[in-house]
Amino acid sequence: MGFSTDDVMRVARLARLSVADEDVEQVAADLQKIVRFMDELSAVDTEGVAPMAHPLGELEAALRADVPDAGIDRDRLQRDAPDAVDGFYRVPRVVE
Amino acid sequence: MSGELSGVAEVVDHLTRGTLSCVEVTTHFLQRIDAHNAHLNALVDVDTERALASAQQADQLRAKGSAPPLAGVPIVHKALFCVKDRPTTCASRMLETFSSPFDATVVAKLERAGMVMLGTANMDEFAMGSSNENSVHGPARNPWDTARVTGGSSGGSAAAVAAGLAPVATGTDTGGSIRQPAALCGVTGIKPTYGRVSRFGMIAFASSLDQAGVLATSARDAAVVLQTMCGADPADATSVDRAVPDFASELNGSVKGLRIGVVEDYFDDRLDPEIAASVRTALDALVEAGARLVPVSLPSVAAAVPAYYVVSSAECSSNLSRFDGVRYGRRCENPADLDDLYTRSRAEGFGAEVQRRILAGTYVLSAGYYDAYYLKAQRVRRRIANELADVLRDVDVLAGPTAPETAFAVGEKADDPVAMYLSDIYTVSASLAGLPAISAPCRPSRGLPVGVQFVGRPFDESTLLRTVHALQCVTDWHQQRPAGF
Repeated sequence: MGFSTDDVMRVARLARLSVADEDVEQVAADLQKIVRFMDELSAVDTEGVAPMAHPLGELEAALRADVPDAGIDRDRLQRDAPDAVDGFYRVPRVVE
Repeated sequence: MSGELSGVAEVVDHLTRGTLSCVEVTTHFLQRIDAHNAHLNALVDVDTERALASAQQADQLRAKGSAPPLAGVPIVHKALFCVKDRPTTCASRMLETFSSPFDATVVAKLERAGMVMLGTANMDEFAMGSSNENSVHGPARNPWDTARVTGGSSGGSAAAVAAGLAPVATGTDTGGSIRQPAALCGVTGIKPTYGRVSRFGMIAFASSLDQAGVLATSARDAAVVLQTMCGADPADATSVDRAVPDFASELNGSVKGLRIGVVEDYFDDRLDPEIAASVRTALDALVEAGARLVPVSLPSVAAAVPAYYVVSSAECSSNLSRFDGVRYGRRCENPADLDDLYTRSRAEGFGAEVQRRILAGTYVLSAGYYDAYYLKAQRVRRRIANELADVLRDVDVLAGPTAPETAFAVGEKADDPVAMYLSDIYTVSASLAGLPAISAPCRPSRGLPVGVQFVGRPFDESTLLRTVHALQCVTDWHQQRPAGF
């Protein structure tokens, strides 16, 4: 199956990645190779085999008590944010 | 002072006998970094002040007689572990200006043990790569031949230990990122069982696969440092609450009666024949020491690499969605709207390979492809894990090569992502199954290091360390050092 430049744009849209026009062909070619490689999976018989999401056995209920703790200081956390003001993150206007 | 101070054991020996102080040891390694790092690009951040301050503290503890055993022993951390108030770049433009507000559990535990952090090590961006070429800091160089790659993604850690810039280093392994660079740089690298070490403060790549481990000059050194890293952590729900054996005390040099399953599927025409011969020589040395070889087969293992790249890319696309140009990391200039801010910040911040993985991962999770790729890969994953569990009922460890070839030239595989993925052909099965695995140096080929890999039962790191230690008692490949370092 071919991986078209339209496929690249569709997936890039889902992944919130902009792909420059001059790069689209190359990205499509690379992904084509990768997806063809992944297609080797279809040769494996997995009839009746349950999917495995993680290597731990039964995940134990590793939930902690729902009690607030000190956590990380908000100002310290926001110190390296690109644009944080008075405890808020500033982004371009989303509501007119 | 040079070679004799290359490992943890030697450093501890000097410190306990009082022939060197922690400050002297730290100064020694800082001077070696000064002399050699410019050629190797192994370390990307060196914190001299912090290192000397913790060395001084360790000296005071040692003077009082209350020091833990590793107090004053220097270490470097892969740049993926969060270190409080220091750059944690993950070798990405995305995090070039990020300094973590907290310490990773591994970093905190090793600091509590008195270890002296020298700095952070180069790596492939977000741990995605097998050559350390995908780094915003530029490629790390292999000390055995600086025109060649270190392997990856923990390439800086491997090069630093191999060249004696640090006695030991932390690394992380998702599909081979500790073992493959350990093999290519001629050091011992262990990835413990999934769940053995807390992942808190490790910047996530693929959460069902990522695990922290150690790169060292011997199994003995790896054992004592890994010991300090293991254990359940309330901050990581996937860390497992299980007794941690005293790894070092179990290193008795004996492999009498040990059953080693040799994975014959790995010895085909994709493997460099010199590497095959070198691995078999190492296994023969273990037979001489009392082990028994049992040929075994893993029929589904051929599908391990594609299964791994589906699963890991899917998890990568999900984990890396947190880098949105809002809360931390890079933001593009003058975004037109929120969508432009997301898409352009991410395109500017991530390198080409990371973007390919995000796109491939998004694709295999997208409507219409999920069953054929993601779910299918998870079923193949189970099959491989079952096959491994089956053979590990009859043998104590599995053995084979770590990597199909020795260190390749910088740039050699830059244009072919799939060729690069095949560097992980022997390492990803243990990752998919969550099993512990170790790589140790065996006979070099044409002047370049070769690694032999052992894979163990869940939570049986002890047998892996014991096997490699026994090998290192009767051979000296692990003691060979690159010329000029």
